[in-house]
Amino acid sequence: MNTLTALTVPIVLLLVGGFGLYKKTDIYDALVTGAGDGLRLLTRILPSVVALFVAIYMLRASGALDFICSLLAPAAGLLGIPRECTPLILLRPLSGSAGLAFGSEIMKNCGVDSYVGRTAAVMLGASETTFYTIAVYFGATGIKHTRHAVPAALCADLSGFIAAALAVRLFFG
Amino acid sequence: MMGKIWVFMVLISVISAITNGRITELTSAISDGAAASIDFTLSIGGMILLWSGVMEIMRRSGLSEKLTKLLLPILRRLFPDAKHSEAVMGDIAANVSANLLGLGNAATPAGIRAAEGLHRLDRGRDASDGLCMLIVINTASLQLIPTTVAAVRASLGAANPYDILPAVWFASVVSQVCGICAAGLLSHFWKRGNV
Repeated sequence: MNTLTALTVPIVLLLVGGFGLYKKTDIYDALVTGAGDGLRLLTRILPSVVALFVAIYMLRASGALDFICSLLAPAAGLLGIPRECTPLILLRPLSGSAGLAFGSEIMKNCGVDSYVGRTAAVMLGASETTFYTIAVYFGATGIKHTRHAVPAALCADLSGFIAAALAVRLFFG
Repeated sequence: MMGKIWVFMVLISVISAITNGRITELTSAISDGAAASIDFTLSIGGMILLWSGVMEIMRRSGLSEKLTKLLLPILRRLFPDAKHSEAVMGDIAANVSANLLGLGNAATPAGIRAAEGLHRLDRGRDASDGLCMLIVINTASLQLIPTTVAAVRASLGAANPYDILPAVWFASVVSQVCGICAAGLLSHFWKRGNV
């Protein structure tokens, strides 16, 4: 299993490149142009990453984070989510940069290959910035009466977070 | 919205630093956090650029179009009200396939076109079941390779940054299935026309 996942990326690169050649795509131009788009993406997220890292470092240094974790710990314990990851449940649906900033701090402090660090990574990888997506789609259609979209989306988020912790226990237990 | 959350985070930090007697720690955390954000962005930057390039190859070579055709039969079942509209189903399938491949820049425009199309077919003033389904599918993750998280793991020295893939797929499938079921069930509790 480990060799297989380690090989995923080289194989994806090979297959995508090979398919591009087969379709006579100018793959080098695509690679470089796409990387340019990636650079613009990076410069676009950097300002919010700065703002959110500062806020998260402040929360941690002040002891507020420990307090929030201890408040949420009983509920998270019932769901099987480690207490260090509980603030992600609140932050991730609101902001992609906040989720990423917070998640990377958890991975750094608890160990990137530890149970907690892996759970944080899987929680991030298996979720989206729910409220941003909802705002974009309802904004585009001009609909104000959103019916069950928000509760159903939050059901998906919560079940994904519970499944993330469960999956790490199952695959790395 | 984010502005309020940011101020709220700063506010509770200040209050809790004062009550816990950690005011000097709070002050140094501000400069540490700002410095760490730059380190963080630089350390994941190379992988983000590489993946963006790979995704552009997927888009230009028609790989995402191929996936779109494969997805249509499954998606028709989820969107019974739109299954006879080629254009709307095409946009939905393009949105889902771009999400699967991690093509965020392509997924959002296709998704917006699909949302507008679903709304046009429906003509209601509130959200149709189809529009809610589209939104729920988009808010639960579909991405096959979570490149950003893998870049973070790589930058922190993970032994194998991609060993989380099976766990991510498992959690994503659970989240999608629960989201789709919740959308189906809850649509009966939020009736149409209450505008």
